[in-house]
Amino acid sequence: MRKFKEFIIEKLILFCGLASILFVVLIFLFLLKEGLAVLKTVSPFGFLSGKSWYPISDPPQLGILPLILGSLMVTAGAALISIPIGVACAVYIAEVAPAKTKEILKAGIELLAAIPSVVLGFIGMVTLVPLIKNLFHLPTGLTALSGSIMLAFMAMPTIVSIAEDALYSVPKSYKEGAFALGATHWETIWRVMLPAASSGILAAVMLGIGRVIGETMAVMMITGNAAVIPNSILVPVRTLTATIAAEMGEAVVGSEHFFALFAVGIVLFIISFFINVTADLFLHKRQS
Amino acid sequence: MTPGANRNCAGVVYVHKEDNMLRKFALASIMLIALNTAFAASNKNSIQVKGSDTMVNLGQAWAEKYMEKNPTDFVAVTGGGSGTGFSSLISGTCDIAMSSRNIKEKEVALAKQKGINPNEIKVALDGLAVVVNPANPVSRLTLDQLAGIFTGRISNWKEAGGKDEKIVILSREVNSGTHVYFKEHVLRRNDPNSKEEFAPGALMLSSSQAIADELAQNSSAIGYYGMGYISAKQKAVAVAKDDKSEYVEPKIENVVNGKYPISRPLFLYTNGVPQGLVKKFVDFTLSKEGQDIVLATDFVPINR
Repeated sequence: MRKFKEFIIEKLILFCGLASILFVVLIFLFLLKEGLAVLKTVSPFGFLSGKSWYPISDPPQLGILPLILGSLMVTAGAALISIPIGVACAVYIAEVAPAKTKEILKAGIELLAAIPSVVLGFIGMVTLVPLIKNLFHLPTGLTALSGSIMLAFMAMPTIVSIAEDALYSVPKSYKEGAFALGATHWETIWRVMLPAASSGILAAVMLGIGRVIGETMAVMMITGNAAVIPNSILVPVRTLTATIAAEMGEAVVGSEHFFALFAVGIVLFIISFFINVTADLFLHKRQS
Repeated sequence: MTPGANRNCAGVVYVHKEDNMLRKFALASIMLIALNTAFAASNKNSIQVKGSDTMVNLGQAWAEKYMEKNPTDFVAVTGGGSGTGFSSLISGTCDIAMSSRNIKEKEVALAKQKGINPNEIKVALDGLAVVVNPANPVSRLTLDQLAGIFTGRISNWKEAGGKDEKIVILSREVNSGTHVYFKEHVLRRNDPNSKEEFAPGALMLSSSQAIADELAQNSSAIGYYGMGYISAKQKAVAVAKDDKSEYVEPKIENVVNGKYPISRPLFLYTNGVPQGLVKKFVDFTLSKEGQDIVLATDFVPINR
């Protein structure tokens, strides 16, 4: 009897453990089922490289190249801003800051992570957008750069907390060895600590980017959502996520538009998956 | 801290992301299910009204007043867009569909298949104002100029009689009935074979209010929305059919007498000729009282 109970509990826990994998697989299958139907209307190449997104015209033009490039542009901008600041912040917290400052900084970063993205979007809309318009003398402040800056705030907490952990887990002997050889504090950080923690820092960066590329609400509010191929960071862009969020509401169920939005979801899923796997590879590399 | 602990920390973030994604799709599927089931068939003294987002406020004002007068009846009004209203009418989950456009032939065919017979009732008019920043010297445009501006052929204000400034086009998202109406009636001039589209560089904003806010602070922007949203922070331009016709301001009397060129009818659609409670509600919307509510919500009454 006890054995039987043990058996049931064991299987239940196994099921719980496998549940998340099961959900991901089910979601992916559902996405595939709905999204691949778009291939009846447009070839995979035409879908990925088409330059026009007019989903409700007759016939619809379903080219998502401007959306992919829009997402990449905003993400690249956010990465350029958040990586140096985030890593520097992690170095300061892990290596330089006195204990009290460290606690305050860590609490601050946790608070930053807790701000809902719609609030960041709203703040960006009323403060950052007019500022960027006036600063660069642009026709409009709703640009990829505005989105990048706001998203950089969202990526920072992820980057800082994971990079900081990576720095902590560098064996103490490395640091002591560097000091013993007469290296200054800066030389130790730059030549020893950062290289030793590099794979963890890369993982932090990848996870930060993953957070950015999936973000929807803030980018929808401040990037202008114009489906053009961006030629600079100072023009409006439309991202993959904003397109799904803005258009899913009224896409007629079963129409080409509906399937195309699911296909956009597949593209997004693949990008996200790729980023997460890369991050995971870096983390494993560090352990071995 | 050991590397293993760090791995855990990263793992948390990882799961969190997946969880986020899951939530997004769960939401989408809940919405789909809700579409099909939430507005279940009506019982005797309640009716479901669904459709155009433009008309939601109007519909709700009607319903409130109507229920005040008939406390035993219940009218539920929800938005979602004109297309959503039609699909609910066709699937029998609402009694009245609100729409800011005519029903499409495709939708009629689908309805006939399901044994539904859409019946159109015109209840109000809506004038679409074309709006610029008050600092913009341009105060009148022809429909041709508007089509040129919104398709991107005219990209600088000096080509339309203004300053040497790049034009910033503001539009509603594609899920909006207003977007569709403006495209078909201004960009394509009611020509079903026309292939005109909004310029790819047009900014797509998610609400009329967002367009109004951006216009108020951007001197080179142009946008469009229902007359109800015009305030002192924006300037509505006078519009002419062509350069020989009179320029007409978007005002209620000009929409009523048909002079203003960008106005559209607003409809209720019922299944067959309205009967019982549905008839009572439709009659109310067309009554003097109902049409006063139309005026109060910034639309244009049809029966004065």
